[in-house]
Amino acid sequence: MNPADPLLSVRDLEVVFSSRGRADVRAVDGVSFDVRAGQVMALVGESGSGKSVTSLAVTGLLPARGVRVGGQALLRGRDLLAMGHRELEGLRGREVAMVFQDPMTSLNPVIPVGLQITEVLRRHTGASRASAKERAVELLGRVGIPDPRRRVGEYPHQLSGGMRQRVMIAVALACDPALLIADEPTTALDVTIQAQVIELLASLVREQDTAMLLITHDLGVVAGVCDEVTVMYSGRVVERAGRRELFARPRHRYTSGLLASVPRLDGDRSARLVPIPGTPRDVVPWSRACAFAPRCPAADSACASGHLALVDDGPAHVHRCVHPADEPPAAPSATPETAPTTAPTTTTGAPS
Amino acid sequence: MSATAPPPASGSRGADDAGDAAAGLADGALDRLGGQPRDEAAGPGRWAALGAGGIDDEPGTSLVRGALRRLRRDPTAILGAVLVTLFVLVALAAPLIAGYQPGRALPGSGITPSSVPGPSEAHPLGLDPSGVDLLTQLVYGARQSLVIGVVSTVIGLFFGMVLGTLAGAFGGWVDTVVMRVVDILLSIPSLLLAVSIAAVAGQSGTSVMIAIGVAQIPIFARLLRGSMLAERGADYVLAATSLGLRHRTVVMSHLLPNSLGPVIVQATLVLGTAIIEVAALSYLGLGAANPATAEWGRMLVRAQPRLASDPWLAIAPGVCIAITALGFTLLGESLRQALDPKGRR
Repeated sequence: MNPADPLLSVRDLEVVFSSRGRADVRAVDGVSFDVRAGQVMALVGESGSGKSVTSLAVTGLLPARGVRVGGQALLRGRDLLAMGHRELEGLRGREVAMVFQDPMTSLNPVIPVGLQITEVLRRHTGASRASAKERAVELLGRVGIPDPRRRVGEYPHQLSGGMRQRVMIAVALACDPALLIADEPTTALDVTIQAQVIELLASLVREQDTAMLLITHDLGVVAGVCDEVTVMYSGRVVERAGRRELFARPRHRYTSGLLASVPRLDGDRSARLVPIPGTPRDVVPWSRACAFAPRCPAADSACASGHLALVDDGPAHVHRCVHPADEPPAAPSATPETAPTTAPTTTTGAPS
Repeated sequence: MSATAPPPASGSRGADDAGDAAAGLADGALDRLGGQPRDEAAGPGRWAALGAGGIDDEPGTSLVRGALRRLRRDPTAILGAVLVTLFVLVALAAPLIAGYQPGRALPGSGITPSSVPGPSEAHPLGLDPSGVDLLTQLVYGARQSLVIGVVSTVIGLFFGMVLGTLAGAFGGWVDTVVMRVVDILLSIPSLLLAVSIAAVAGQSGTSVMIAIGVAQIPIFARLLRGSMLAERGADYVLAATSLGLRHRTVVMSHLLPNSLGPVIVQATLVLGTAIIEVAALSYLGLGAANPATAEWGRMLVRAQPRLASDPWLAIAPGVCIAITALGFTLLGESLRQALDPKGRR
């Protein structure tokens, strides 16, 4: 594979939930993005923006009934959405693995954690019981669980939340997947553990040249590890840029609003945070216009009319805004220097 | 997101770029936006269910321990366990306890149509109307009850689990078909079923087992289906599916063990009712074909004509039936409480 090619390329993904007697709900509307090997792509948005549905659609985990999925999700050129059930099943866990939000409930409570790793290994690699167990011990060690030989025989309830999330990561990485999808992997953890888990994920991605799709609503997480950020709102991509570029020069009003509502260490402590007024429910449902317009300070009639396409704005920076923000409205950035490159932080993980 | 700022250091990774500023994002916001960690208290019930499911545990890491500890502190459970243990021990050690052969009339017992000899040194509980040692009959009756009760419960449990697993794991039309079959089974009264089976297969202990077992299938099938449907939406099932495990593996090693808790409790309770039903069927003359087989129900029948003169003959087996059923019910009920995450004190 040409290293420049994205590992996962999602094109015009559409997910529509339909139920009898009710209007269809378009949860994901024409979402496109790429994830490259050795890089972390963040999918950011608030609850209901369609980010989790996007990940479930890509892995074919949405229920078959009442859901229509359109578009393409090409993994190394093969369309995941067009694949048969059996083929997809063989691919999950081996090529694409997921880490879920809540480690408290995502591990089977009645099976020792070691067994949950070995069953994946045995399913996909056909490893023997003994060699799978050795590998499980090694994996637990690698995700930073002390005394892994003892821990493989323990049950999830004997581990703390952070440990359990480490186990989930070990399970996901068991077969060296090419793509790791982490759906809010730190949301259920406390802050110090969050940092550790994110660090762990990032270092594993770098070491193994894995591509990671990180779904989060936490801009702190994004700032820490991501290479590229895609901001979603109401099931659509509203902005995408490299991490530095996005934080330094948010263009879409929603992105700038998000950044302004986050407290900053380097800003003026006396300045008040600026919340985004309203809730996502205020949106004009699924019109072609800007869904953020009802909450946007800069909205005018232009926002409500016509088809808003993604606009190119600088290198590898696209957004969907009629009145793009010029500056971050709150506390001016302490590091105004704008990185001109597409992926400024790829100091590691570049495929050789 | 609101202005409830956390301590500024939260989430900071000390990066030196613009993004660092955002790293202080409110963890309070996290809690509001994301799912809270699930209440830990919901856990132990499941761990205990595991133990009941028979999965081996390693020393010092027991999952059954929680439930066992609660059971040990519960006087009801202790009483139930003692009664059940006593019953099982008596049934197993019947030949050692009983001094005579069951169903064999002793010569020269002195039985007349109007009186039955009471307790004596040779016969601690006296004789029954056909001149058999009463204690021997009771002890062997326990054995018969245990065998039929256990076998019929196992029959019901096995087929009920097969049907329940099919319905719960596949859903859709499989579920519909299986559950209609179960509804049909449920609509047949168990006594009627027993009479029909005895009529078709001939009167025997096997017919009794099958009749009682079949009558229990719907209970287990519905229970397992319900608990599997509840577990099917659990995160760990989605996680297992996302790892590409086969549907079969997901069902057998993830869904089923987690859904077994209520079924195991029900099995304990059903053992108690099965023993009552064994007695009821043999009382109705549908028990073992050999009249010499010791059965509590049959002892009741035989005692009936002498109820006025020798009530003891009916009271003894009656008390045995009641105590045994009570033991299983008490044990099952406290097991349910010990495993139930909601009813915990």
